[in-house]
Amino acid sequence: MRTMELWLGALGCAGLVAALYAALLLAPAAVGESVAQRILYLHAPSAFAAYGCIFVVAIASALYLWKRSAAADRVAVAAAEVGVLMCTLVLVTGSIWGRARWGAWWTPDPRLTLTLILWAIYLSYVLLRAFGGDDDEIAPYAAVLGIFGVLAIPAIRVSARLMKGMHPSVLAPREGGGSGLADPYMKLAFWGGAVAMLLVAACLVLLRTRLERAERETMALRRVADAAEGVAG
Amino acid sequence: MTHLGYLFAAYTVVIGGIALYLRRLIVRLGAVDRELAELRRRLEAADRRR
Repeated sequence: MRTMELWLGALGCAGLVAALYAALLLAPAAVGESVAQRILYLHAPSAFAAYGCIFVVAIASALYLWKRSAAADRVAVAAAEVGVLMCTLVLVTGSIWGRARWGAWWTPDPRLTLTLILWAIYLSYVLLRAFGGDDDEIAPYAAVLGIFGVLAIPAIRVSARLMKGMHPSVLAPREGGGSGLADPYMKLAFWGGAVAMLLVAACLVLLRTRLERAERETMALRRVADAAEGVAG
Repeated sequence: MTHLGYLFAAYTVVIGGIALYLRRLIVRLGAVDRELAELRRRLEAADRRR
């Protein structure tokens, strides 16, 4: 791993350990909630990391369409894959928390449904890039998908405000109908976890981008080597 | 305390998921780097033959 990736990964892991220490040992139990409420301290940071990756996909895709930059395209592919991973973690941990809290693995809550749609959009992006055929032909269509898919994020935020679902609103104060983060250690675990998860996601995106570049270079070099051996032989 | 299992499962999914993905990236990077080195060696050999 290169220095930047190493630093981001090391800082992210150290931050996650510190945030988990705060979440499990320092933060008090939320009023009226079971111990499963502490799933929040990894569930929400995974959501922030997923949103961050998806914003990167949208920006890199726009840059690709504007400048036809291969580097921007590589970043978009990498961020989409990491975004799908993070979104999967959000959905799975949310489902486990929902089972503990409501007794059901899934409910047709607007925020849950829109998050599933967001996941499906970027999973299609990843599948399109993996199995869609020639990269140069597919990339512009994938870029459009990457840009429009990001609209699901404001839709998730708006749906949480406009439609009263079952999903708890953590950041809203208790008097505003949310579950609130009253204790400083709760805030430390929550925001520390969010920053740490963003650093981990950034490290994964950089590594995946490097892999994407190496894979494209390998493909190009393989064609050159096959042609050269054909001439030499 | 029955909900401790849910907490453990959720934390395992997140940490395990990230660790497995990181391992996959590192393994693939290693394989691609080896293939790149092999391709460069083949190209040099083809150049010498010409």
